[in-house]
Amino acid sequence: MTIKLQVKNLTKIFGKRVPRAKELLKQGKSKAAILKETGATIGVDRANFEVESGEIFVIMGLSGSGKSTLVRMINRLIEPTEGSVLIDGEDLMQIDKKALREVRRKKMSMVFQNFGLFPNRTILENTAYGLEIQGIDKATREQKTNEALDLVGLNGYGDQYPTQLSGGMQQRVGLARALANDAEILLMDEAFSALDPLNRSDMQDQLLDLQETMHKTIIFISHDLNEALKIGDHIMIMKDGEIVQTGTPEDILTRPADEYVEKFIENVDRSKVYTAGNVMIRPTTVNIEKDGPRLALKRMRENEVSNAYVVNSKRELVGIIDARDVLELVRKESRDLQSIVNTEVPTTDEETPIADILDDISQTGIPFAVLNDKQQLRGIIIRGAVLGALAGNEVNHFA
Amino acid sequence: MLNLMTITKLPIANWMDHFVDWLTQFTGFFNGLTNFIGGIINAFQWVFDLIPIWLFIVIIAGVTYLANRDTKKWGLIIFEVLGLLLIWNLDFWRDMTQTLTLVLTSSLISLVIGVPLGIWMAKSDIVQAIFKPILDFMQTMPAFVYLIPAVAFFGIGMVPGVFASVIFAMPPTVRMTNLGIRQVPTELIEASDSYGSTEWQKLIKVQLPLAKSTLMAGVNQSMMLALSMVVIASMIGAMGLGTRVYFAVGRNDAGGGFAAGLAIVILAIIIDRLTQALNRQRKH
Ligand SMILES: Nc1ncnc2c1ncn2[C@@H]1O[C@H](COP(=O)(O)OP(=O)(O)OP(=O)(O)O)[C@@H](O)[C@H]1O
Ligand SMILES: [Mg+2]
Repeated sequence: MTIKLQVKNLTKIFGKRVPRAKELLKQGKSKAAILKETGATIGVDRANFEVESGEIFVIMGLSGSGKSTLVRMINRLIEPTEGSVLIDGEDLMQIDKKALREVRRKKMSMVFQNFGLFPNRTILENTAYGLEIQGIDKATREQKTNEALDLVGLNGYGDQYPTQLSGGMQQRVGLARALANDAEILLMDEAFSALDPLNRSDMQDQLLDLQETMHKTIIFISHDLNEALKIGDHIMIMKDGEIVQTGTPEDILTRPADEYVEKFIENVDRSKVYTAGNVMIRPTTVNIEKDGPRLALKRMRENEVSNAYVVNSKRELVGIIDARDVLELVRKESRDLQSIVNTEVPTTDEETPIADILDDISQTGIPFAVLNDKQQLRGIIIRGAVLGALAGNEVNHFA
Repeated sequence: MLNLMTITKLPIANWMDHFVDWLTQFTGFFNGLTNFIGGIINAFQWVFDLIPIWLFIVIIAGVTYLANRDTKKWGLIIFEVLGLLLIWNLDFWRDMTQTLTLVLTSSLISLVIGVPLGIWMAKSDIVQAIFKPILDFMQTMPAFVYLIPAVAFFGIGMVPGVFASVIFAMPPTVRMTNLGIRQVPTELIEASDSYGSTEWQKLIKVQLPLAKSTLMAGVNQSMMLALSMVVIASMIGAMGLGTRVYFAVGRNDAGGGFAAGLAIVILAIIIDRLTQALNRQRKH
């Protein structure tokens, strides 16, 4: 993975007496204390992070934690007090106005919370704005604009005005405008926050779909942890201008850095986050090509289970056997395990979110078998472990 | 307590006199300006003298119809036609066109100076802080007072009338341009900036279009203020309906004064409704 964007020591102090505030900040004074002493507001306090090429990097935090300020320093809509922003290794703070304009035109596009559409322009003209100011000729402009509108499912709306569209559609235009520019980096400041839950969920899906083919580097700001967990490859949590934790969704959920993050993840809908792979446990297995009924029975007794999963020598799943049937076999002095194998085992793969199989888990008596793409048995899902994970307990993998 | 009456009276009047005297040295400059403004006035007047009265009425009615296509204001159109016919009938036609010339010239100059000034104020808080009190001053100072320097610089006639009208009528244009641009939502400015617009592109493509209806409301106000100056301007020789009112006052001729006043009201309503309709038209 290559690093697309690198932020070093990025700081923004609003208000007067900035030098004094900076000094206090270095002494480790809190945002509130500095505000009281100097009247200056710490927007962002020495942020350091890296964003990989092609990932969705979500920035989270409560209101006023500095998310918007941070993202606006990345394209210098807000001039940083200190620090640097490197895009493909080039420091944005060192370039002049003209070069900055070029970067904004070619490398970064922004999507806004309240869509930021120009009410006096049609959908087509709005979408073409970025291209228009670059002086690109009308034919090329229209072609690219229509392509972008196609991508977001809005072809045919080009001649309408923004107010004629629903909120969800307006934000699609906002997205299309960013896509039309073909920029590698998208900055999205609470882009879906103004939408109702249904529309928001739709937009998230659409963004993920688009991302599959386009591989943009996306900095996405959100209030909503469920949203962050759904779309984020990495999540960064901010508090009072400081970065509290950066990590994968799993990191954040399983190893919250402090109480603030813990509070944040308290109400999350874990079923959308945890995958089958996260909650599966080690099954009792029997190799049908080697093992006999007696060994199977012994293993089941040892593990205190009434079922065992039958696999072949390649560890591919064959089916499941019940302890009572095995006992019967032993009594009949038969070694024919094959005759008692039940092949009707519900299966899933490691990536499947629990939410998708939750209903089935609670309905079928047989635990799900988790298979990898070679049909090998990786683990099984028992109800107890699922409920434990949803309740926020650490999953004891392969206990 | 100090009695302010006992200290020497501050020579404000003196200072102003000296300042105006000092300005009158630049006769060359003022002559040039006089010629320039006079040129605009003559051009307008030439056009109005050229157009036959019936055609003028048809044009006004037609423009009103086109500007109100969606609402079809027949009442307004009938009012305009009857009103203009009345002015013609009262033999005020030439006076009316002279007044219209004065208003249009003043508004044009207000627009040409006022819009850039308003833009400048919108772009800089310091400029705004400087000009705001000046604009307040220009608008609240009794309009009469402007006649004196106007005569000093430009003599007697239409030109000093235009000058005084511009000073009195320009503030709304400046103010509303400033306001209109500052009212553009931050997110739209950010959108424009974030896609790499130059300052000029941002102004032309985003700020001015979105400020347009506010700006036009300012222009409308400026025109009304310019119209309110016509009687005052007539005292320094600016011809038109104002002159008729002014003379009527001098001769204690209530009837004549009322008739000329009525003509001004008719003109005011036509200008007001027409500029408003044109403004509405451009909005989506
Ligand atoms: N232009 C400004 N002048 C002064 N202070 C500002 C300015 N912009 C932001 N701030 C302050 O900086 C801090 C961070 O604000 P910011 O808008 O970045 O927060 P946020 O995380 O985006 O919040 P929200 O979730 O409400 O959008 C806040 O304390 C805010 O009051
Ligand atoms: Mg914000």
